[in-house]
Amino acid sequence: MHSLILRTGTRLLLALMVLFSLFILWRGHNEPGGGFIGGLIAAVAYSLVALSFGVAEMRRMLPADPKTILGAGLALAIVSGLFAVVGQGGLLADPYMASRWYISYTETGEKGFAIGTPVLFDIGVYLVVIGGILAMVRGLMEEL
Amino acid sequence: MLAAVLVIFLAAAIAPTLHRLLPAFSHWLLALVPAGVTVWFAQFLGPVSGGETVLQVVPWVPALGVELAFRLDGLSLLFALLVTGIGTFITAYAGGYLHGHEHQGRFYLFLLAFMGSMLGLVLADDVISLFVFWELTSVTSFLLIGFNHEDGRSRRSAVQALVVTSLGGLALLAGLVLMGLVGEGWRLTAMEASGIDFRAHALYLPILVLILLGAFTKSAQVPFHFWLPNAMDAPTPVSAYLHSATMVKAGVYLVARLNPTLGGTEVWTYTLAAFGTVTAVWGGLMALRSTDLKKVLAYTTLMALGTLTMLVGLGTEYALKGFAVFLLAHSLYKGALFMGAGAVDHGTGTRDVNQLSGLWPKMRLTGLFILLASLSMAGLPPFFGFLGKELMYEGMLEAGSTGTFVLVGMVLANATMLGAAGLVFVKPFLGKPSQAAEHAHEGSPSLWIGPAVLASLGLAFGLFGSLPAPLMGAVTSAVAGTAKTVDLHLWHGLTPALGLSAVTVALGAALFLGLRGVTAALGGLARASRVNFDAAWDHVLAGVDALARAVTNLLQAGRLSRYMLLTIAVMFALPGITLLLRGGFAMPKAEGWAEPLGWFLCFLMLLGTFGAMLATSRLAAVTALSISGLAVALFFLAYSAPDVGITQLMVETLTVIIIVLVLAKLPKFGPSERTDAATRLVKLVVAVAAGGVTTAILLSVTAQPLSPHLSDYFAAASYVEAYGRNVVNVIIVDFRGFDTLGEITVVAMAGLGVLALLKARNAPKPEEDAAAPRLDPGKPMTGEAD
Repeated sequence: MHSLILRTGTRLLLALMVLFSLFILWRGHNEPGGGFIGGLIAAVAYSLVALSFGVAEMRRMLPADPKTILGAGLALAIVSGLFAVVGQGGLLADPYMASRWYISYTETGEKGFAIGTPVLFDIGVYLVVIGGILAMVRGLMEEL
Repeated sequence: MLAAVLVIFLAAAIAPTLHRLLPAFSHWLLALVPAGVTVWFAQFLGPVSGGETVLQVVPWVPALGVELAFRLDGLSLLFALLVTGIGTFITAYAGGYLHGHEHQGRFYLFLLAFMGSMLGLVLADDVISLFVFWELTSVTSFLLIGFNHEDGRSRRSAVQALVVTSLGGLALLAGLVLMGLVGEGWRLTAMEASGIDFRAHALYLPILVLILLGAFTKSAQVPFHFWLPNAMDAPTPVSAYLHSATMVKAGVYLVARLNPTLGGTEVWTYTLAAFGTVTAVWGGLMALRSTDLKKVLAYTTLMALGTLTMLVGLGTEYALKGFAVFLLAHSLYKGALFMGAGAVDHGTGTRDVNQLSGLWPKMRLTGLFILLASLSMAGLPPFFGFLGKELMYEGMLEAGSTGTFVLVGMVLANATMLGAAGLVFVKPFLGKPSQAAEHAHEGSPSLWIGPAVLASLGLAFGLFGSLPAPLMGAVTSAVAGTAKTVDLHLWHGLTPALGLSAVTVALGAALFLGLRGVTAALGGLARASRVNFDAAWDHVLAGVDALARAVTNLLQAGRLSRYMLLTIAVMFALPGITLLLRGGFAMPKAEGWAEPLGWFLCFLMLLGTFGAMLATSRLAAVTALSISGLAVALFFLAYSAPDVGITQLMVETLTVIIIVLVLAKLPKFGPSERTDAATRLVKLVVAVAAGGVTTAILLSVTAQPLSPHLSDYFAAASYVEAYGRNVVNVIIVDFRGFDTLGEITVVAMAGLGVLALLKARNAPKPEEDAAAPRLDPGKPMTGEAD
């Protein structure tokens, strides 16, 4: 589609939307947001590229093929659940997908930076959503 | 015992690799495995013959009380020795018979896997594991019968055997589960010891019918017998193994095994005796009519299976002794004969008795062993088969009036065995050498060592009856459920049984001498009766095919609108009907009905919906629909579900993008899409009903007081246990993370599915026929009316 407005808009929007999607993904644990919504936003951003510049350009801008992104996300989500099974407490001490957290505390005892396996899982969801939707978009544009 | 079964499965797993590495010796090496297991089982001969029963229990599914329990008593031991002992010779034999076949390694895999399954089946004490092994034998025998899978007839026979036996398998499963319920456990030994009277239970008849269906299909009793002669399309080692000593005897094993718990009633006796006798006579007569050596043997196997079933049915002491002796005798001579027939086929290139004659000078070894085995089959002294036949007659005489009913049939059936023995030895080996005999030659040792051992055992056991007698006693005890001893003597005076034997021999000799006339008479009879089970099978299969096609055409018309219509109709009809029948409809309290924002958003949604219905172009319809979608998103935002609201918004956007991508390629939204009034009426009804049901369900749900239990828990635990303040997201990634894993898998599959469908659409089309995914039933058999 040769639309100057769409192309210019997309150029500006792409970076913003991808950054925003990462922000939504990150803040999801405490504020509205999360991997699913974040993934949708990023997928919309790349779909806009595909619509305005063509699917080849979209593929060039993506770090990997949508199928690969999809598989990596699914693998990440599955692996995130394994930490509970093989981690501290011995083998099979906890059920698959029980969460594991690393939390740093400040000297005064306040809670600082925290990261846990649900975050990994959420990143997996994010990638699966991007990969799944972009695989469809790419398929529709290339094969139809 | 578990180890014995596992070792054979392990050998199966490594067989193809081993064969690739050592093609010349693989069969001897692999035969060492069942040979070792045979020796291992042989050490139990003493204790088990002395009346001991060895048990081994391994927990399997403890939650359901299912155990992997094994029992070794006389019956199991005899079968275990047959399975592994004959299996040893068959493995070696297969190496000679299939020498140079490109899939020889695969054949060993199937063969040993079958052996392991069969061994598990005869050792299992738990009905669930028994059933699992039972089905495994069906599956592995399917692979073995269809080994020459490029031949349509082989494929058809394999499918036939699988369908018939696994239909019976389903019935068997139901029967065994019922038995487990009545017997309050899955262990057969426990059921026998519990003192529960199965015969007086209300479920006795259903149990009996279901289990006998399983046993009769597996052991090829009339009217389920037709798959067995067809299964002769398998390579000879398979016929010699599965269709003589092992798989087809599984059904016989089952009825014998269950005789102590279910046997002894009138229904049991009459059913088994009637089906067994009919099968025996039918098999014997058909054997005389056949000209293919393997077919002759297959039909004589039917005769043996019928006889064994009948003997368990009679259930008298002598009948059960006859059962034990005849079981062993038949396995020995039939294994030898099948392997011998294969050697003849291998040496001459044909198995047609009309083309074979005068082979004796060229194939003396094979001929000798076939002679020994045929004499045992004919039931002549001093062979082991004679002992079996004598005991059989004793048993029938002992059974009184029931015995008389089967006696006539059995004399005829046994006489046909004599005729069949003539067919497999006299015709091919004596007389003037035929054309086929000119190039006849003896095979490698692996081809005749099996027949040699088995046929010699048939003679040795006849001459020295005290050798097998202790084990035969243990078998009889296991089948009878009480301790019995067996004495085997060739001569025990001038008894009525001896007289019956004499009559049998005379009749048999007459049948063989007048074979031409007998065959003609039987042919006329078969034509007159017009009973053709094989053709009936084809009709049944064609009927199933037609039904499947009709249902598929109805449900999968290839039009998206039809799929949607059916899916929506079913999806809402089920809850709708339930709601009506259960009277579950309720109106919520009239709270918050007057909220203007809610009404406004509803109005927006309706606007979008009607817009979509009235739109004259696709683009307009999509735009109108997205008005509805956005209104829904606003709903979520307005009523404090921001996560869901944003998601809805994004999904709406993506839907529009994707539809736009497709839209450009679609044909014009024209009159072709406009349907007639009747179709539109149907669609209207379904649409209104679906909307109505949804509304009714939502109203009824909100009418209930909402249980705060879960939401309170999540709100309280979200930060404390999962360190997150966004309860929705914590539920998604943590509390219900496993659900989400399932959902993203669906997303991934959907993405790949769309991609695959689109790619398949553009892929170069293969040949029309090759692409048709259709089970080829092969060419139906012709000629022989079965």
